This record gives sequence, C-alpha cells and structure tokens, in this order.
Amino acid sequence: MKDDLAKLIDHIEEMRMNRRAFLNRTAAFGVAAAVGASVMGSEARAQEPKKGGVLKMGLGGGETTDTLDPGLADSPVPFAVNRQWGDTIVNVTPDGQIEFRLAEAMESNADGTEWRFKIRQGVKFHDGSDMTVDDVVATFKRHSDENSKSGALGIMQGIADISADGDSVVFKLATGNADLPYLLSDYHLVIQPKGGMDNPTAAIGTGTYKLVSAEPGVRYVFEKNPNDWDANRGHYDGVEIIVINDATARTSALQSGQVHLINRIDPKVAKLLGRAPGVVVENVSGRGHYVFIMHCNTAPFDNKDLRLALKWAINRQELVDKILDGFGGVGNDTPINAAYPLFTPLPQREYDAAKAAEHYKASGHDGSPIELLVSDGAFPGAVDAASLFQQSAQAAGIPLEIKRVPDDGYWSDVWNVKPFCASYWGGRPVQDQMLSTAYLSTADWNDTKYFNPDLDALILAARSETDTAKRTELYAKCSEILNDDGGVICPMFNDFIDARSEKVAGWVKDPNYEMMGGWATAKTWFA
Amino acid sequence: MVHPILKLVVQRVALGILLLLAASVLIFVGTQILPGDVAQSILGQSATPVSLANLRAELGLNDPPVTRYFNWLSGVLQGDLGTALSNGQDIATAMGRRLGNTLFLAFWAAIIAVPLAIVLGLISVRYRDRWPDKLISGVTLATISVPEFLVGYIAVFFLAVQLQWFPSIASVYDGMTLGERLYAISMPVIVLVLAVLGHMMRMTRAAILNVMQSAYVETAELKGLSQFTIIARHALPNAVAPVVNVVMLNLAYLVVGVVVVEVVFVYPGMGQYLVDHVAKRDVPVVQACGLVFAAVYIGLNLLADVISILANPRLRHPK
Repeated sequence: MKDDLAKLIDHIEEMRMNRRAFLNRTAAFGVAAAVGASVMGSEARAQEPKKGGVLKMGLGGGETTDTLDPGLADSPVPFAVNRQWGDTIVNVTPDGQIEFRLAEAMESNADGTEWRFKIRQGVKFHDGSDMTVDDVVATFKRHSDENSKSGALGIMQGIADISADGDSVVFKLATGNADLPYLLSDYHLVIQPKGGMDNPTAAIGTGTYKLVSAEPGVRYVFEKNPNDWDANRGHYDGVEIIVINDATARTSALQSGQVHLINRIDPKVAKLLGRAPGVVVENVSGRGHYVFIMHCNTAPFDNKDLRLALKWAINRQELVDKILDGFGGVGNDTPINAAYPLFTPLPQREYDAAKAAEHYKASGHDGSPIELLVSDGAFPGAVDAASLFQQSAQAAGIPLEIKRVPDDGYWSDVWNVKPFCASYWGGRPVQDQMLSTAYLSTADWNDTKYFNPDLDALILAARSETDTAKRTELYAKCSEILNDDGGVICPMFNDFIDARSEKVAGWVKDPNYEMMGGWATAKTWFA
Repeated sequence: MVHPILKLVVQRVALGILLLLAASVLIFVGTQILPGDVAQSILGQSATPVSLANLRAELGLNDPPVTRYFNWLSGVLQGDLGTALSNGQDIATAMGRRLGNTLFLAFWAAIIAVPLAIVLGLISVRYRDRWPDKLISGVTLATISVPEFLVGYIAVFFLAVQLQWFPSIASVYDGMTLGERLYAISMPVIVLVLAVLGHMMRMTRAAILNVMQSAYVETAELKGLSQFTIIARHALPNAVAPVVNVVMLNLAYLVVGVVVVEVVFVYPGMGQYLVDHVAKRDVPVVQACGLVFAAVYIGLNLLADVISILANPRLRHPK
C-alpha cells in the first residue's frame, strides 16, 4: 500500500518533468508563449525572469579555514563563493560546449600549439577599474607559477608561454592540446585585477554579485553588481551563502524556508525530501564516480587475471540501487561515461561470478583474504558498498577482508598509499584532463599505479589530434585498455543531488557540477 | 592575621593556576601525539620533500618538544596565541568572535535554565511525591536521557519545520539587533536548557530534602511558618553549596560541551571552530581552544568553591 502510494507520487513527479520538457521543446519552436499562456498558465509565465529578492543558499562543504583565493578553492563552498564574484574567460555549457565569457572569440593553429583568445572590452571590475588583457595574462601567470599553490597549476603546466597581443591573450603550448578551452574554463582561473598578484584574496572580479562580507565556514553575503557586463544573468538583489555542514540541518533549513537552495542531498533521503511540500529535488548525472582502486604494481594486484576477477565480481547495479538509491548510473572500469564529449560506449560489464571465479583461478592467487581499506570519508556509503562487494566476491570464491579506517587522514594515509582502497573522483570536463590527471604514468595522482606506455601514447596522441573522429577513436581505445587491464573498479557514477524551494524558477540541469555548475544564483529567479 | 576566607580563596586561586598549567602540558602533549604531520597536512598531496623540510623548519617543528612547549607558553603568557597555520589568521582575533558567540549562547541558556531549575526543584520539594514532583522529575529525566542532537532534531522537526515558530539554523552575524539575535538562537537555547535542567533540578531537590530532615526545619514548622517559606527562607540557603557546584558544572558544560548542538543548529561558536582546525591539524588553534576551555572549566569550578565557602556560616564567621 505504502509502496504503491510512493510509486504514484513518483509517477506524478515524472509527469511534471515531462510537462517541463514539453515546454522547453515548444520554446524551441517559438510557440511557448502562445501554448503556455493558454494551457499551462503560471508555469509558462514563470519562464520570464523576474527581478528582485535575496536568494539564500545553505551549502555543505565549507570550513573555517577556507580562504578567498580562487586558486585555493577545493571544496563546494569556496567554489560557490568564487562563482558569485568572478568569471572565467570561457565556460562549459550544460551540453558540453564552450561558451564565451570574458573572452569573445578564439582561434588556434592547425596542430593546437598556439591559441588566441580575444578578450571582451568594456568590462569593469567591482572596484570600478577596467578589465584589460594584462589582467587576464597576469591571472594565468599567477596560476602557472611553479611555486603557486593553485589548484589549476596541474592544467597550466602544459602551457609554455602566455602573452598579450593587442586585445588578445596568446597561449603557446609545448605540445598541441585540442582541449585547451576546456582547461581554461577551470573554476580556479577567475580573472582578477592584476591577476590577484598583489592581493589574491580581495574577491574583486567581474562577476554577478559583489562580496559584502565573508566569514569563512559561517556565512558570505553578496549584493548585485550594478555594472554587470552580462545583462542576461543576476536576477536577485543579493545572495547569501550559509555554510551548513550537517546534512539534516541543511534539509530542515530548506523545509522551514530559511534557505532556498541546498546541495549534497544524501541519496537515501532524496526521494523522501522530494515529497515534502514546497521542495523540488534536482538531480543530474555527472562525471563523478565512486571507485575501488588497485595498485597495479603491488602484489597481488600486479596480476591482470586477479584484477579482472575482482572487476567481474562486483555487482554494479546492486550498488547503484542500494548505495545511490537509484540516483546514479552503472559504470564500466574506466572513469569516462556518457557525460563526456567524444564518448564511445563499451559493452556493459555485468556481475558474473563464473567469469570472476575463472579469472581468479587463472591468477593463481593463494586464496588468502585480500584486504580492502574503506572509510565513509572515501564516498558516502563506502563501507556498505564494500560489504556488498565482499558478498558478491564471496559468491565467486574470492575472499575479501574489509578493513575500516577513520575518515580523518584518509586522503593522506590511505588513498594513493595503500594498494586496495575505496576512493572518489569528481570527474573533469574533458576526457584528456581526467585521463591525464589519474592514468598517465607520470601523473602525481596516478592512484592505480598504472604504468602503460601504450596508454600514455594514446592519451598524448589524442590530446593534439584535431580531427574529431580520430580523437573519438583514440579515446575509445584508452577506455578499452583501462577497462580490460587498468587498476580502477568503477561500479557507479553518482548524481549531483541538489534541492530547491518551489519559489526558485529557471533551474537547468548542468552535469558540470552541483548548483547548475555553480551558476544557480546567476541564472535562476524567484517565481 | 589574614581573614581565613581570604586565605582560602587565595589558596583556591593558586591551585587553579597550577591546574591550568598542568592542563596546558596535557594539551601540548596531546596535540603532539595526534597522528599525522602538520607540515604534510598543510602542503597536502603535492608536497615535495624539500618544501616539507622548509616548512618544518619555518614552523620550528625540528626543535625538541620541551623547547617548543616553553616557547608556546611564554607566548600565551604575553597574550599571544599565535597565528593559525591553515589560513594565517591571528588566533586571538578569530577565536574571540567565536568565544563571544559561545558565551552569548551559554549566557542566555543559563539565564533561563538556572532559575527555572531551582524553582522547579523548590516546587518538587513542596509537593514531594505528589503529582507535580513526579511530572517534573519525569520530564526532566527524559530530556536529560535523550542525546542532545536527537532532542535538537525533534525540536527542529516540530518547532521549525512543522510550526515554523523558530528558525532551524541559528545564524548570527554582525549588525543584528539583540532581539534578532535572541530569536536566532531560540532553538539552541531551548535544547541546551532541556539538556542541563534535569541535573540542576534533581540536585536542588535532593539537597533541600536533605536539609529538610534537620531539627531547625522541624522548629520552623512548629513555629507555624508556611511550607514554602520554610523551603525558600530556611532550607535553600543551607543547600546552596551543593547546588552551586552542580550549577557551575553545568555552566561549564554550556561553554565547553556544546559542539554537537552547534553543529545541529549551525551556530558559529567555539565547537565548530575547534573541529574544523582539528581536521586540518592546525595545532596552535587546537592548543589555544583547549587552553580556553580548560580555563573556563577551572575558573567556574573555582567560583563554585569560593561561593560554597562563603555560603558556609562557620567559615564566614570564624571564632
């Protein structure tokens, strides 16, 4: 009875989604106004942005120790804060295309070793000064400095030279990179006056909202930037970010109407929350994935058959159903999924105890328990996921021993250190960046200790390949190699799950990151 | 000849300072045996051996622990708590705001809880073993037995989400009026009051009942005084010492033990500040917080001792 009711409600939810999808489709033909006004009433009128009001966001993932330097942003709250006051030169749209922001045009030479970005004129920083090409150059130089602690240092390292030429910025690369615009959309690369060289934490930029006050780990207040260069965004008079790290406190703050948007909903409560009055849960499948990683250079994981045995011994669908409560998708053993441009699907690897047992036998493993280190800090539900993995592996005759370790220090003492553990990747905008960050032999974060010259050659060849068909083929090969030989077991891709008050209109699903890729405050409005 | 009370008080204060010193040693040793290296946790995964060595030297981590302890202690004695390793902020300034918030919350919780507990205790004694006594005991025992975070969530569900009387998150910031602030902290205050009420009320009841057995109370009854006058005028003053001890213990708890309540209501107090910095291995901040907590605890206990000495007529009027 209860289940039926739940199903019915889910069904109604789906109907609502369809109606919205229908509206979007009709809008494309320019008939939304006519059809909407007569049939849909308020729903269609809500498509027209309204101005005013103060939007309050309750976000998890902020600490007292956060700084305002955009280069050091490494968690959801600093990310959201930077999105309010700053802009990058380009941005990745929800459908994976490059959108011009502070740049207004770009061109590259044939082999992708030289790129020119024409910088938008007449844009003013919050302090009233003009944004110039020199500011842009200085920003990129700051983040590419060897001693910089910037989170974007890794992606800036392939750039040999940055210079100004008239109203353009010119990047010269050591080796060609067809993905450079995607790399430059990185959220750390916020354009600051003089590149933020003299004061990286001033929080002065060209963004939609100006910072009024900041209390790290507690609260940030912004007001509308009256001189915003982009008239199509910024419908609120102001924005408040309230740091709420406790998940229950976040959901109750939304339900009691104290905040209008919250992030990081626990999948286990997402469906329940969606049934609460006045609340809409917004989930979008992203590139983030929950993984178990094996060090391919350490016994017993240096044996390909043993790796394959473990890959076949995990029940992916069960993990998606039980750990993500359906808010996600199954993965193959590669970090790449359909959310990436140039994706080629592989046959889905299912749970197959017989195949797992066969490979386990072929590996010649002595049958001693294989130790898997987990902590819920690796990803939410990691300990439960490991138990499910243990059971499905047991059925294939593979003994796993789960060792639970503390959250505290997990990323320094266990991840990238121990040979078999649970982990999480947030994903990257393009395949090259994801593969180069974690699967190139030389990568700092090669957390599967996978050293394969063939894969390295493929990644580098794809990077400078400008022919899209050939690139797609090269990336398909990369995924194939990782799937058959690599050290990553990637059972599931998790959704970003946010929730909004019904009052917030104009929400768009953006797989780039939570909160509409960080642009929720700029692009939504109060209905 | 020094007045014996003064002598006792001076003794107590001296003892308190000694205790605080001992606590500072414990805090320092405790932070030294925390797993993980400070330099490693500041620099993160990308640390090279050279930059690690540089940072260790810069932070003075290569000195022997005893030297570091005395360097730290001399700084503290001069009022310099140092700077936070993780973000370079001056600890005293950053912590001052947080401590102010924590004390504000504790103050208002205490203002409500202490008189309420004593009055409820008096009522319990007056109607001993009858229904008001049983009701008060039952309710306060229930609220003290349920963990605070659960009381907090239950309160949020009914008072904030369903009825929408109070805000579910206690967000306080500069520029709020006193009224706005009080409204913002209403939920944590309610939960804290419920958490400490039971203990103080039970102690008041027990202490007064104890005194009620005395001969002079019987005399007062025979004089024909009303039941309530006897309790309030004759029994309570003599039960002050044990009650004050429990009150102070609970006040100290309101300051140092509210981490969980701060998390549930997202209140920017000391608890949240401490937890964030423990996670980042920001040792100077952890040490400073530990020291402040120890000082509050020892200070309030000291005060309790002095008050119970003063409440004892035999000590107040020496022969």
